[in-house]
Order: sequence, then C-alpha cells, then structure tokens
Amino acid sequence: MIKFDNVTYVYPTGVKALNSVSVEIGRGELVALMGENGAGKTTFIKHLNGLLKPTSGNVYVDGKDTKTLSVAQLSRIVGVVFQNADDMFFLPTVEEEVAFSLRNLGFSEDVVQRRVDWSLKFMELEEYRNRSPFLLSGGEKKRLALAIILAWNPQVIAMDEPTVGQDSMQKEKLKEMIKQLNLQGRTVIISTHDVEFVAELKPRVILMSKGRIIADGKAEFILTDGELLSSCSILMPQVAATMSRLADLGFNAKVISVEEAVRNIVEGLRGLEHTRRA
Amino acid sequence: MEIVRVEGLTFTYSGFDTPAISDINLSIEEGEFVLLLGPSGCGKSTLCRCLNGLIPHFYAGKMEGRVLVAGMDVSKTPTYVLSQYVGMVFQNPENQLFSLTVENDVAFALENLGMPRDEIRRRVDFALKAVGIEDLRKRSPFELSGGQQQKVAIASILALMPKIMVFDEPTSSLDPVSAKSIIETIFKVKKELGTSVVVAEHRVELLADKVDRVIVMQKGRIVKDGRPREVFVSEEMIPYGVPVPKVVSMAKGVNRHFKVFNEIPLSSEEFEQGIRRFIHDKVR
Ligand SMILES: Nc1ncnc2c1ncn2[C@@H]1O[C@H](COP(=O)(O)OP(=O)(O)OP(=O)(O)O)[C@@H](O)[C@H]1O
Ligand SMILES: Nc1ncnc2c1ncn2[C@@H]1O[C@H](COP(=O)(O)OP(=O)(O)OP(=O)(O)O)[C@@H](O)[C@H]1O
Ligand SMILES: [Mg+2]
Ligand SMILES: [Mg+2]
Repeated sequence: MIKFDNVTYVYPTGVKALNSVSVEIGRGELVALMGENGAGKTTFIKHLNGLLKPTSGNVYVDGKDTKTLSVAQLSRIVGVVFQNADDMFFLPTVEEEVAFSLRNLGFSEDVVQRRVDWSLKFMELEEYRNRSPFLLSGGEKKRLALAIILAWNPQVIAMDEPTVGQDSMQKEKLKEMIKQLNLQGRTVIISTHDVEFVAELKPRVILMSKGRIIADGKAEFILTDGELLSSCSILMPQVAATMSRLADLGFNAKVISVEEAVRNIVEGLRGLEHTRRA
Repeated sequence: MEIVRVEGLTFTYSGFDTPAISDINLSIEEGEFVLLLGPSGCGKSTLCRCLNGLIPHFYAGKMEGRVLVAGMDVSKTPTYVLSQYVGMVFQNPENQLFSLTVENDVAFALENLGMPRDEIRRRVDFALKAVGIEDLRKRSPFELSGGQQQKVAIASILALMPKIMVFDEPTSSLDPVSAKSIIETIFKVKKELGTSVVVAEHRVELLADKVDRVIVMQKGRIVKDGRPREVFVSEEMIPYGVPVPKVVSMAKGVNRHFKVFNEIPLSSEEFEQGIRRFIHDKVR
C-alpha cells in the first residue's frame, strides 16, 4: 500500500530529516512510528499525503509515485491527523470542519450529515458542534482532528501523536477505534511517544533515529529491548521496565502487559514457596 | 508559606453560559509539587490561565472570586509584573515561540527584566542543557519538530526560574527519555530553590512518585485533593478519568495471590523493592 524507496528529505534550511529510508507497509497493517524528538516521524507522515515530496528517492501510495499526484488526489486515499491540530482548522464551526472534506469528496448531503453526527458523537464533541474550533480545549482540538478523518474514512489513516491531550478513557476509546478501523482493512499509521499506548495496542513498530529506520518489528520485541530503545530516547513501558529489574530473580523480562506480568510473578512466587517447603 | 490562594473562583468564557471552572478553592504552599488531573475539557488549562493572569487579562469572560499569587491579586496586577513570579508553559507551546533563534527565545524574558549579560548567558546555557537542545540554539524555533518546540518553551521557564512554575501538559510531545529527564530537572529545581510547581498531565507514570499532591478536576470542579498514593490507589477515582499507573495495577494483581505489598508502589523502583523484600523475608 505504501512504499518508501530510498527516500531522503532535506528541509530548505539544510536539515536532513529523512536519510535513505526504505520501508513497505501493506494494506491493512497497523504501524506505530517511534523515535526521539526530531527523529523524522512527522516528516515521514507528511510524505504520505504528498505535503512533502522526497528530495531524492520515491514514495509510492497504492502503487503510484507521489511525485505524479497532487495533495488533493492523494487525500482521496490518505487522511492525515496533524501533530498540531490547530493547523487543520480554517472554518467557523466544529461541524463545518468535519463536513468540509466530505462535501469535497462528493458525498450527498444526507450522508455528510450522518457521518458528521456519528463522528462528533464518537469523539464526544456533539455539544460543541456550533463552536469555533479555536475555542476548544487542547484535547478537544485533537479529537476534532480525529473526528474529521474518522468521518472521511480513507484507505490509509495516518495520525501524528493521536493520544496527546487525551485522558485515560479517551485513550481507551481511541485504541478501540484504531483496532476497529484496522479490522475494516484500513491501513493505520500512528506516530507516538506514548509507550504505554503502544504496549496496549501491540502494532508493528518502526523505530526511527536521526532520519533513519533503525528497527522494525513486533511491539513485544521492540518494546522489551531496552538497549535498542535507549538508542532513540525511548524508555520501556512501565511493565517491561519493572520486570527487567527483576530479571535476575528469574522473572520474565520480556512482557509488556499487566496480566502477563502478574501471572509470571505469581508463578515465580509459588515456585519459591514449593522449593522452600521441599 | 502560602504562595497561591484561590478563593471561590468561577470563570465563564465570554459567549458561553456554563462556567469552564466553578467555585475553585485552593491553597498552594511554597515548594509544593502539585499534579492537576482530570478528563479532557474539565478545566485544567483554564485554571492554569487564572494562575498567571492570562485570565482575566487576555481572555474575555466573567470571573468571580479571586486569585492571589505571592500576595498579589491577579486580576489587579499587570501580567508583566506577574510574569516575574509565575511562569507558564502552554499546552500548545508553539503559540509561545516568537524569536528568530531558540537562544533569543529563551533569553527574552531575562532581557526584559534587565538582567546582567553574564547572568543571562549562564541561565540560558543551563536551561538549554537541562532540556537537551544546546545543539539547536541557533535554529529558528519555527523550523523545529513538535517535541523540540516544547523543549524550547520549557527551557524559557527554567531560565526564568520564577517562584511558581505552571506546566500545561509539558511532556505530551516529548520522547520518554526527555520527558523523564525534564521532570527530574523540574523536581531538582523545586527542591533546591523551593519553587512551587503545578503540572497538568495525562501521562502520570513519570510523575506519580514525584509529586506531593494530586488535584482531580471534573466538569470544572475539584473533586479530589490528596496525596498521590491515595488518589492513584483508590479505585473510586477511575470513573473520573484518573489514569492508573501500570505498577499500581501490577501490585494489586500480585496482592490478590500473595500479600507482597503493604503499601502499593508508585514506581518500578518501589515495586522491585517490594518483591525483593518479600522474597528475602520468605526465604529466611
Ligand atoms: N519546517 C522545518 N524546517 C526545517 N527543519 C525542520 C522543520 N520541521 C522539522 N525540522 C527538522 O527536521 C528533523 C525531523 O523533524 P520531525 O518533525 O520530522 O521530527 P519528529 O520525529 O516528528 O519529532 P517530534 O517527536 O519532536 O515530533 C528535526 O531535526 C527538525 O528540527
Ligand atoms: N478559549 C475558550 N473559549 C471558550 N471556551 C473554552 C476556551 N478554552 C476552553 N474552553 C472550554 O472550557 C472548558 C474547559 O477547557 P480547558 O481547556 O480548561 O480544559 P482542559 O482540562 O485543559 O482540557 P484538555 O485536557 O483537553 O486540555 C471546555 O469545555 C472547553 O471547551
Ligand atoms: Mg513530530
Ligand atoms: Mg488543557
């Protein structure tokens, strides 16, 4: 679905933000991009909808080179939620903001209304439908940005830092939404620093550092490799960090879920009890 | 000594009927580290804006009650005076950046205070180093990544070292290593200089064992004000959107089978100690 072929991107200021990046993301995959501040995640995402075009190398979306497509053409396939939601808003009300791209895509008015209603409800923003997007709280703005993409439901959905500003319940819903979209066959790519969120979502993780991809694999492997993570300023999720402190006692350091960790510790303590009795 | 006092504070943004925050009463001591929690839209940023005078000076609306900072009534004190006592990092830090270079942005407030050159240089160096962006000092703040911009905003406050530091979701865009080290720096500054710190955050894993006090808000009101262990351990706070640190869930899970933890841990370190102590006592 997405293919980066030896992509290098240099900002006009001379900063090389992507350095020979090659990667393929299949249709229906769920991917988390992680890496230190300035690693190149946002730059990567901006290449998906053609907002940025490679300085050298090629990006293919659905088999087509993004250099041959306009942002408008690409946006029929790829929807992007920006890191800074403010950058997405330009209309007087929340409702119009969501309806805009749907109308642009040529949906009939009743479909537009239905989709707007549904996505605002899902993101718990109905009560703000007539308000200016700029008068929302930080987390509400991010949810509006998510609602826009949700209503539009393109084949590829890229979300730059979707959990920012969300409380634990909103994150829970977001996680369910991402899983749901993925089940419907959507390709979902998120960029995030939220290791706890990634540990729960368990996607394919692509690790970036200084413009390069340094690792690519299952969340369970990547998130329990402390050394690898520290090379791009990421810490293990709290479960893995805690378990790795206890590795010398024979506990399993390679777990990222609470349930597994508890099971492992309880089994270990039982074992100890037995040896003591024996 | 009390440094912040909020009495019967209610604020309604102009054009709206329902107040964003209602009847807030609060007293913060010098050197206290306060975590502000609550669901998205509950009023955390609004309360923060009241502490540094953005409300009522820059946001139109109806304000009742009063806010005293270092003895000054916020609504009667010009913001340039307040800014010497209260520094705030906005939730969306890029709205806070304006200079041509990172370095100038961090130095700006200090220059305004007429601080000597040497002192400014010393503080700017300290702050850039503390957030790990010395290599970006000559860059334009508008040509940085989201997390790098957040670091610039944090550095500006650290350089200023006001008596009260307010951070509105300071770690939201930071990579975990930066988030951890910046929280540790804030903690150190607070301890050494007796600075009061108010942090609004949703990511609590890194803060749970550092803060003195947790205030939980819901629909514009304070619904809980207590010690971190109280707030994070009691299940009654979960419906209020209070996140449970993973170690708390782990410890509770283990305790259902073996009574390992008398006191529920708030960090990996505390969890480790609990397990080791338990095994040690058992084996002997
Ligand atoms: N508009 C810009 N002009 C010049 N350089 C930029 C611009 N935006 C980002 N950069 C630089 O490009 C590099 C990659 O930035 P990018 O925004 O892709 O990082 P990121 O991984 O998304 O970081 P973060 O986690 O902080 O959001 C960084 O060194 C950054 O300073
Ligand atoms: N400038 C504004 N004008 C009008 N209403 C606002 C404004 N900013 C926020 N609000 C509203 O006031 C209420 C409280 O918002 P506030 O920004 O204080 O919440 P918050 O707890 O900081 O949320 P978040 O965690 O999402 O940042 C919300 O209902 C929000 O929609
Ligand atoms: Mg980014
Ligand atoms: Mg806020």
